[in-house]
This record gives sequence, C-alpha cells and structure tokens, in this order.
Amino acid sequence: MKRIQHVLVLWCTLLLITACGGDAGDNHASGPDGAETSNLDRPVKTTMVNTGERHSEQYLRRGNGSEIQTLDPHKAEGVPSSNVHRDLYEGLTLEAPDGSIIPGGAESWEISDDGLIYTFKIRKNGKWSDGTPVTAQDFAYGLQRSVNPATGSKYSQILAPIKNAEEIIAGTKPVESLGAEVIDDYTLKITLNGPTPYFLGLLNHASTYPMPVGFAADGDENMFRAGKLISNGAFRLTEWVVQSHLDVERNPYYWDNENNAIDKVRFFPIEDQSTELKRYRAGELDMTYDMPFEQFKWVKENLYDEFIVAPYLGIYYYGFNLTKPPFKDNLELRRALSLAVDRNILTEKVLGTGHIPFYSWVPEGVLNYSNARPPEATMSKAEREALAIELFEQAGYSKEEPLEIEIRYNTSENHKKIAIAIAAMWSQVLGVKAELVNEEWKVFLENRKQKQVTQVFRAGWIGDYADPFSFLELMHSSHGINDPGYNNPVYDDLLSQISAEGNPDKRRQLMEQAEAEFLKDYAVMPIYSYIQPRIVKPHVGGYQSNILDHILSKNLYIIKH
Amino acid sequence: MFKYSFKRFLAALPTLLVLMTLAFFMMRAAPGGPFDQEKTLPPEVQANLDKKYHLDEPLIQQYGRYLFDLAKGDFGPSFQYKDFSVNELIATGFPVSFRLGVSAIILAFVFGTCLGTLAALRQNTLTDYSVMTAAMTGISVPNFVMAPILILVLAVYLKWLPAGGWNGGAFKNTILPIISLALPQIAYISRLTRASMIEVLRSNPIRTARAKGLPERLVIFRHALKPALLPVISYLGPATAAIITGSVVVEQIFGIPGLGRYFVQGALNRDYTLVMGVVVFYGALIILFNFLVDLVYAMLDPRIRY
Repeated sequence: MKRIQHVLVLWCTLLLITACGGDAGDNHASGPDGAETSNLDRPVKTTMVNTGERHSEQYLRRGNGSEIQTLDPHKAEGVPSSNVHRDLYEGLTLEAPDGSIIPGGAESWEISDDGLIYTFKIRKNGKWSDGTPVTAQDFAYGLQRSVNPATGSKYSQILAPIKNAEEIIAGTKPVESLGAEVIDDYTLKITLNGPTPYFLGLLNHASTYPMPVGFAADGDENMFRAGKLISNGAFRLTEWVVQSHLDVERNPYYWDNENNAIDKVRFFPIEDQSTELKRYRAGELDMTYDMPFEQFKWVKENLYDEFIVAPYLGIYYYGFNLTKPPFKDNLELRRALSLAVDRNILTEKVLGTGHIPFYSWVPEGVLNYSNARPPEATMSKAEREALAIELFEQAGYSKEEPLEIEIRYNTSENHKKIAIAIAAMWSQVLGVKAELVNEEWKVFLENRKQKQVTQVFRAGWIGDYADPFSFLELMHSSHGINDPGYNNPVYDDLLSQISAEGNPDKRRQLMEQAEAEFLKDYAVMPIYSYIQPRIVKPHVGGYQSNILDHILSKNLYIIKH
Repeated sequence: MFKYSFKRFLAALPTLLVLMTLAFFMMRAAPGGPFDQEKTLPPEVQANLDKKYHLDEPLIQQYGRYLFDLAKGDFGPSFQYKDFSVNELIATGFPVSFRLGVSAIILAFVFGTCLGTLAALRQNTLTDYSVMTAAMTGISVPNFVMAPILILVLAVYLKWLPAGGWNGGAFKNTILPIISLALPQIAYISRLTRASMIEVLRSNPIRTARAKGLPERLVIFRHALKPALLPVISYLGPATAAIITGSVVVEQIFGIPGLGRYFVQGALNRDYTLVMGVVVFYGALIILFNFLVDLVYAMLDPRIRY
C-alpha cells in the first residue's frame, strides 16, 4: 500500500514538473491585468535600505526560531541562541553590519609574521553589565572554560586552531596549558598551531566570549538567569520566560553605548514559520527569523517591500553511504545519480524560493574564493542525462535491472518535496526505484551516523565562520559530520596543508584544489546553496544582510511610524 | 467516604508507577539521545556530559535513581533547557496550562450544557438542527485547523486580538487559545446533554412533575437538569484528558509557554527528564481529576454512595 502511494505521488510530481516546465508564465496568474506588472515578476530584494527619523520608543521585537537551550555562551548551539548571545556578549572581534571583522572587545591586535601569534590589546573602556572592567583574564577564562571538557561545550572543537586546545578537549593536557596567555590586564597573547587566516572571524563566535574569572565555575548552573547573568555586550538580560519571550535592555556600561539606538529587544521563540508569519502580519513582530517556503509567492506579491532574500552561508546536499553497497566503490553510480538530478527544477519549480542551484561544495558568496566546479555545472540538461544513463549502465544497472534504493530525510515539508522530486527524476531518467523514508530528527541522525540502513540521506550545513575551510573540513576522514564515510588520504593531506599554509594566495589555491578533489569523488550530491528569506517592517532602520546572517540589534533602529 | 478516598489513593499509586515505567523505557527505547547532534562530539566531552547526567550508568540503575529522586519530589535537571530544573519548568508552565485548561473546561461546560438543553427542548426544530450541525462540525474540525483559522480572521485580518504569545497572561492573549481548546468540547458536551436531556424529559418523574402543573421552567431546572447532567459530569474526566492533549497542539500554535509545549519539544529533543516530569505530573493530575469527578457524581446521584 505504502509503495503504491509512493508511486502515485511520484507520478503526480512528474506530471507537475513536466507541466510546469513549458509554462513560463505561471507567475502571471495572480497578477493584475493591464500594464502594471505583478510583484511576482520583480526580482526579490537582496538588500534593504530603510531610513528616517527615529521613533521615541526604541523597542525591537524579533522572531527567533526555536527556544534557545541555554544562555551559557560556551554551551550554546544553534542559530537562535547565537542571535541572543551576539546581543549580550562581545568577543575580541566584532562584525560590522556587512559582516567584515572590526575591533570588538579588543581595540587592536598584532599578528606575528608567521601568523602564529596574535597579541590583542583589550579595550580599556570595556565594561561588564555590572560596571566592572573587562580584562584579558576574563577573555582567557572564557576560552579555557570553553575547551574544558568538564564544561561539556558542543562547540569546543571550533577552537582547535589554538595551541593545545585539542589535547585539552581530549583530556590529555590541563586547561591552563591553553595557548591564551595573559600578559597584563589589558594584553592577551594567543598562540596558534598553524596560520589560521579565519581566526579573527572565529573570535566572534559564542564559544570564545569572555566571562568574569570564576563565573559559573562548574556545577553552578543557575548563573545564566536574569539578575545573575553578567554580560559585556550592548545589551543585558532582563527577563527570560522559557517558550514565551526573552528580554534584553541597553547595557549602559557598554563601551559603544552612544552608538546603540535600541533600548530594549524582545526575542520571541516561534518554531512554526506559519505562526511567525501570522504574528508578523498581526503587527506583533518587527522582523521574522525565517519564512514558510510555501508562502513565498504570497509574501513576494503582498509584502514585497518588506521581503528580503540574501545569500546565506549554507549548503543543502544529499549524501551517499560510501561504506556499503551499492555506493561503496561505485563512482559511476554516484555520479550518474547526481547527474540525473536537475537542480534548476528543484530550486525554481519545486521550491520556487530563489535558492541557488549548486554543484560545488563551498557555498556561494565567500569573499576571495572561486568555487571548483565539476563539468556538469556547465552542461545542458540533455548532456547531463545522456552521460548519466551511460554511467548508470557502466555501473551495471539499467531500466530493465533497476537500482532499488531508499532516500532518508528528516520530517519537514520542504525535505519531503525535494525527496519526492529527486525520486521522480531518478525514476524518469534512470528507472531507479527509490523509496522515501521519513524519519524523526534524532532517529534520522542516529541512522545516518551508524551507516547501516542509511543509503542516500538528506543533509545541510551552515558555516560557523565565513571561510571555505568551515565546509572543507567537514569531509575530513575523522570529522564528526562526515556521515557519507568519505575517506580519501589525498584530501586529508590537502586539508593539513591548508591548515599549515600562511600565504593567502597559496592557501586559496589549495582550498580550490581540495574542493575539486572532493567533488570528483561524488561522495555527496550538492543541491543548492542557501538563501535566508526574511520579512522586516519598513520602520526597522539600519538593516543590512550578510553572508553569515548575523544581524546585531545594536546596528538597527526604529524609524518613526 | 474517607475510606473510599483512601482506597482510590492506594489504587492510583500502581497506575502511576506503571505509567512512569512505560514512559521511562519507551523514551529510552527511542533512537538518539539528548546530546546527539549532526556533529559528533569529542569523546571526552560526550563522556563528561553522560557522566554529569548519569547516562553512563546501566539503564536499570538510572531508573532506580529516577524513582528515588522522584520520591523526594525532584524531577531532575532538564537536558534541553540547561539553565533550569524540570521542577522549575513545571512550576512556570503549569499555571499557564492550568488557566487555559480550566477556563476551557468551564466554557465548554457552560456553553455545552446550555446549547444541549436548548436543542433538547426544541427537539427536531431548526434550532435543534443548527446546534447539532454546529456541534458535529466542532467535533470533526480539529484544533490545529480551527486555531489557525481563528488567528487568520480575528488577529490578522480584523486585528481584534493578538495572533499569539502569552504576554504574562493578559486577557486578550487568552481568548483565542481558550476558544480553540473549548470548541470541540462544547460540541461534544452539547451532544451529550441533548441526548441525555431528551431521555430524561421522557421519563416518569418528569411526566409527574408536568402533570402536577409545575411551570416548565421549574420542571427543567429543578427536576430534569440534574439527572441529565450525570453523563456530562462523568465525561469531565476524559474531557480533562482531551483538553490536556489539545493544549499540546494549541500551545504550540499560539506560542504559549505551557506544559504542553514543553512536552512536544522535550520529546523531540529527547529531554528525558522533562518528558518524564510532564508525563508523571499530568498522569497524577488526570487520576486526581477522575477521582474528583466520581465524588461529584455521588453528590448528584443519590443512588451512588461510597
């Protein structure tokens, strides 16, 4: 019965896809008649410029996705909690609205010629929200607390470039041996294992945030609450009602307080995107966290001026389990399946949300980097499909002896839509019989990691810092997210070379080489590069999107309305 | 009466224990753990986390520990909301859910019985048919369809009420969730009342009352209503359970910080302690409520004595 259902769904989609394929004008359906063109025909905005006189009440209400798990920056994970942490805390460096790195908790720094030693001058006017000064010791304590395995930080590994960090995480060296040395109250020296050009960007990550020495030492879990939490950012915590709202107010001691317009921010945890959209429309939110894809057209048409879509440092892909047949040692098959998927149809017709069809691994929009592109990125659809069939037959399959596989994805309407469409494309081009298996998130992850039942799986990744390495490192043979089980000594070696390379040009070349090496093995099938759709009220001034989607409340202001 | 209460209390304990045991082991049987994520954790960090939350112990030992802590009234720390204990979360979430639930039950009881009585008195007239059609619709349209429709019309288009959020329990914020929760129950209770009222109205005592020449008002309120409400009272137990289940959905849709929302998020995140806490707490509550309903039943029906 389930199978019949699947077949039916597949055929319906197929019909739908072919029907849509020839009809370029379906966007006009809801547009007005006459000369005036519909908003649907206009390109979506990727930047937003709202300016005007300031409102007397500077109160910002942000939708913030699912409820954050903790206010402890060293234990936090997930985008919603980083949004709050970026308002509460400040690392050694800070991001300008466009995403470029500017001085934050440190007013300046010097980098040694070999790129291994960073000496930070800590800002003397930096203060905690209780008025006490922020010192180099606080920053060192923050880093040590983060890598201390007793803290249980899920992000400790991001600090691996710092000397001894990996050994401390593994429990073989004491926490004090971390390469973060306090020279005096306002000077901090950080020693790295290798030149790490993205290191300054890393110092903006929650896991590096400072903490008053001794604050929330182990077992003290009640410190991250209103009244107790002390932060050094532009805002301080006033109230947190789990699953209802989280309020922060202006931190009067913040060193750059005079340039912060916002007095109060309220973050609303709203997991359900449709609910968020309704609350936005009812005027309860000034900006959303996300947007339901299925309402994309409606929003574009009706809220065009408030709607912004910006590239986002993330990639959506399908992985093949390389440890088991049929994909083990079967490059032809993996490549054939990848070729048979038309990314343009997926992004334009199935999603229709402006995602960028993609064949490479490092998402678009990373500065000073040009992607390695496999040949199919420039082939026509017919060429790709012809080659797919050829490779499919070389792999020992045909329409008469079809491949039977399972596609696993975690519960979500969008993942389902994509899985159905991919199964339909595989079936149409190659005669593959694909069964869709929908799993709840934790079950899905467990199966993916165990590599026993999982064959083809859906995956996605959002970069933690704006450097190609944040994607390249994922497929190191020992990396925690290498769920395809990719193991290529040449690739691992390239990654080590990248870590040791100090010359930016050479490093970039090595990264491009590594990306090409990885892509030629077809361990994964990239599908699209992310975008972040959002709706922002016209009375929110100063909004500027950036590739990491880090929107700091202190850079915004409320326009008179 | 006291003896009966005591007996019921004793009988409730094994029920709770079974419920808890089932929930405990079912939760653990689900694949994936509270700290599983896309990126595998370094082994040392994972070991520390497991140790801290006693996940490294044999399951049976964890179970024993949980029972022991529970006996002391300690639900343990939440795995997901690391800054809070489950006791704290229940203490903040329950008053919210309680207010929603009780208001919804009262609303359902008042409206349901009134509508049901009205329909019974005007049996087979237009009033009867329209009430019953509305009730049928109310029963068949689930919360998760009704709530978004209400939000769309009353909050988004008309802007009369907020689209969601709790806002510290402001009256305006409670209206839509309470209505969404109460509607299916109003429908159910009005059908129950109607059926039982029709039966009672045809019974001998009522015929006698009418024969005595009592005014219709007195016949209905003094003689018919009490026996007619008996099935409704006994339905209040299951209704509580239904409201609790409904609140899981409604709280999610309206973004209300109640227990139901913790339950859903807790289950998805494998927050063992939080889910157990909510299950045990709600289990005890439903048992208690069923007991209260039985007591009220005895007060209304002279034939029942404990």
